[in-house]
Amino acid sequence: MNNEAFVEFERVQKSYDGENLVVKDLNLSLPKGEFLTMLGPSGSGKTTCLMMLAGFETATHGDIRLNGQSINNIPPHKRGIGMVFQNYALFPHMTVAENLSFPLEVRKIGKSEREDKIKVALDRVQMGNFAGRRPAQLSGGQQQRIALARALVFEPELVLMDEPLGALDKQLRETLQFEITHLAHELGITVVYVTHDQTEALTMSDRVAVFDDGRIQQLAPPDKLYEEPENSFVAQFIGENNTLEGVVKEIKNGSALVQLDDGSLIDAKPINVSKPGERTRVSIRPERVEYNKDRLRADAHTLSAEVLEFIYMGDIFRTRLRVAGRDDFVIKTRNAPDQVRLKPGQQIEIGWLAEDCRALDA
Amino acid sequence: MSDSTHTGPMLAADGTTLKSSLNRALRRQKLRALMLIAPLLIFVLVTFIAPIADMLFRSVENQIVSDTLPRTTQMLGDWDADAADIPAPQVFEALYVDMFIATERKLHTRLGSRLNYELTGVSSLFRKSGRKVEDMGEVYQDQFEDLDKFWKKGANLNALFGAPDWQAAQAAWDTSDKKAQPKFKLRSGLETVLPQASEAFDVYARFTQGEDGKNLSKAKPWALIYSALYNDLVAQPAGLAALDAPGADELRAAAARVGDFDTVDFTAAFKKIDKDWVSQDVWRVIKTYSPRFTNGYFLNSIDMKKTADGPQMRAENEQLYIKLFIRTLFMSLVITGSCILLGYPVAWILANLPAKTANLLMILVLLPFWTSLLVRTSAWKVMLQQQGVINDTLVWLGLVADDSRLALINNQTGTIIAMTHILLPFMILPLFSVMKTIPPSYLRAAKSLGATNWTAFWRVYFPQSVPGIGAGSILVFILSIGYYITPEIVGGTTGTFISNRIAYHISSSLNWGLAAALGAILLAVVLGLYWAYDRIVGIDNVKLGG
Ligand SMILES: Nc1ncnc2c1ncn2[C@@H]1O[C@H](COP(=O)(O)OP(=O)(O)O)[C@@H](O)[C@H]1O
Ligand SMILES: [Mg+2]
Repeated sequence: MNNEAFVEFERVQKSYDGENLVVKDLNLSLPKGEFLTMLGPSGSGKTTCLMMLAGFETATHGDIRLNGQSINNIPPHKRGIGMVFQNYALFPHMTVAENLSFPLEVRKIGKSEREDKIKVALDRVQMGNFAGRRPAQLSGGQQQRIALARALVFEPELVLMDEPLGALDKQLRETLQFEITHLAHELGITVVYVTHDQTEALTMSDRVAVFDDGRIQQLAPPDKLYEEPENSFVAQFIGENNTLEGVVKEIKNGSALVQLDDGSLIDAKPINVSKPGERTRVSIRPERVEYNKDRLRADAHTLSAEVLEFIYMGDIFRTRLRVAGRDDFVIKTRNAPDQVRLKPGQQIEIGWLAEDCRALDA
Repeated sequence: MSDSTHTGPMLAADGTTLKSSLNRALRRQKLRALMLIAPLLIFVLVTFIAPIADMLFRSVENQIVSDTLPRTTQMLGDWDADAADIPAPQVFEALYVDMFIATERKLHTRLGSRLNYELTGVSSLFRKSGRKVEDMGEVYQDQFEDLDKFWKKGANLNALFGAPDWQAAQAAWDTSDKKAQPKFKLRSGLETVLPQASEAFDVYARFTQGEDGKNLSKAKPWALIYSALYNDLVAQPAGLAALDAPGADELRAAAARVGDFDTVDFTAAFKKIDKDWVSQDVWRVIKTYSPRFTNGYFLNSIDMKKTADGPQMRAENEQLYIKLFIRTLFMSLVITGSCILLGYPVAWILANLPAKTANLLMILVLLPFWTSLLVRTSAWKVMLQQQGVINDTLVWLGLVADDSRLALINNQTGTIIAMTHILLPFMILPLFSVMKTIPPSYLRAAKSLGATNWTAFWRVYFPQSVPGIGAGSILVFILSIGYYITPEIVGGTTGTFISNRIAYHISSSLNWGLAAALGAILLAVVLGLYWAYDRIVGIDNVKLGG
């Protein structure tokens, strides 16, 4: 993987109706061979970005570069970008082999070479026996595999996938997630992948771009994204998260003291806050909350909480608490032999390490 | 417990076979469903299936000849149409009987019109003969009446021919005049003594009481009865001596004298009416069309004629229908083709525009449906004529010289232009609804795979729109093949369709049999094309939408 930018969005904007910007100031650059996922809620502009890259929509403003070359004026069929659509878009009047042959035929590749490539591509997705079938005779997962094979058969360097697994059931989705990442790395292709499923994004990607409101909210590898969200949208959107609202009282030694709305004090790591008096939302992951006083620092601030619900989930326990006037505070604990099982109605004290709790924008 | 060990039929809980209990359960459902659709079914049967069946029947039905001239056609069976002679005198005698009855019943002119389709002039021949046939047998009537006053009175004949119980009933009815006239009944045993006269009297009595609605007691007997009576008496029937009936004595007296009667030569009598009656042509036509069913209408429809030697092509200058069929098919194809060419892009634009604009344009497409067909066609007449808008524009643009304006109307061009316009919505609508179901992602996928706009359209979009083309083409083609108002108005003589001819035969020449045969052929052609289409394209490939 070299670090030269292969795909670049520079200050890209897009509006469909001339009134609302669907994509606002998009800057993104990814090196060759990277698997980048655009993650975001529905309507956040992910598909629009992908379509601009593929050439089916034109950017209202800004520049999109592929391999250092601006592609704003190159028509889609000359961009050489492979694409997998959410509904697969397999041509219904052609067999599987004809579907795969199509991109090779338009590239004027000879018959025998075509056949070889089709065979390799089908074998790669374990669909070698289905060459003569029509798409309608295949299951959803099989159609997805064919769509993938078709996008790869003409050996593009860049492949775009728009929610390719959206219509499949959970188990199949997991199998295919693995197969797609595996194939991408094996072939060394660059992939821009769009999904609204955070698990998919986290498990598959080298980096994830979290989209909201037409902007990239954070662009980071999966672990950083989960552990170090840069704003409250990302913290909320990725994984399970507890938020508490309050005002910064003081910032000292890289740690902030936050006074919650009910007056209680907690420690947090200042991320998006810089001075006392600012409103903030603090975010803490359920598995980082501690109620065993021995494991907390002596001077740590704690909150009193009431157990509302205890859910046994096998590998973990999920306990819902009432904290600082909110009753959606969740903690997760591992099912270990010495683990206490809390009972509803029980009063406990909870706390955390200051660096696990992030004071973000309000 | 495996199913493979169970060989007999599956049994339901009550021991009957599963199949029969399932059938019983389904029967009620089916019956209820049938009752729901019954009104429509009856409506379709009465208004659609029945007329078609009637039309198909009319195209071969020919009972009018043998119904009107039953005796003549039967006698003609022995006549050799190829021989040079006219039929035997007995045939003319039979013709006299048939014509007499037909004239009384006023059926002879209808038969004349029918046979006139096959040989011009027969209609007037029959009309002329009808009037004169009534007088033909009066020679016998006069001689009977001269012989004895007895024969002058209808009441005497009623007494002779009628059964005694009928006579009593009739006499009672005459005075009361309340209920329906008692139906005439022939004296039993008389038909063996006087076969022809009995038959003639029976026909006369039934006609007078029935169709004519007159009082038989006061009616004047037909001359026909006297000629029949003469024939019977000349044969000197054996049972006459023993006959016991009012007037039996007069009958016996007449039998003794009929040998001296003047006779009528029916051949000569018919010849005197019109010498066409002794021409072989008339008799050949009657013989050819004697059977109750005929293929004559169909032969006519394909420019052939029925002759005594079997079907033959008509002379070149009489041929008409095959040319018209071919023209109809050819022009329908051209119209379908131009509808595809014009409709496809429109449908494509409609299917790819935002819904709001598409709806507006769709209204424009449907607008022609809101104006009368006649108005639209007449508008084309104005547009297309030599001094019309289109020619004016072409002259103004300098594309056409003023003295050589294009002939766009009253020919095939006019029909094609006007009908393409009128049938265009039938092409656009199915195309549109099929194109609506083709997701734009197919085109995008094709382009992302490296196809140019044209390749993407031709290899990916077009094949998926073919079902729409198929549905539109079938609609337009079948509609245009049977169209007749527009070709009638703008087609002139060279741009008319077979349907114009059918309309002519239905409303002007009244040759419904020929119209039915032409219609049946048209129906067969359409079904044949439909079958061919199914074989080549597959009828599953026709989509009117989703
Ligand atoms: N062709 C279009 N015309 C007008 N608006 C569009 C079009 N495509 C998408 N949009 C709007 O742009 C926004 C972003 O859409 P999209 O990029 O599809 O989001 P995502 O893929 O993240 O769900 C949405 O509000 C959508 O309504
Ligand atoms: Mg999308």
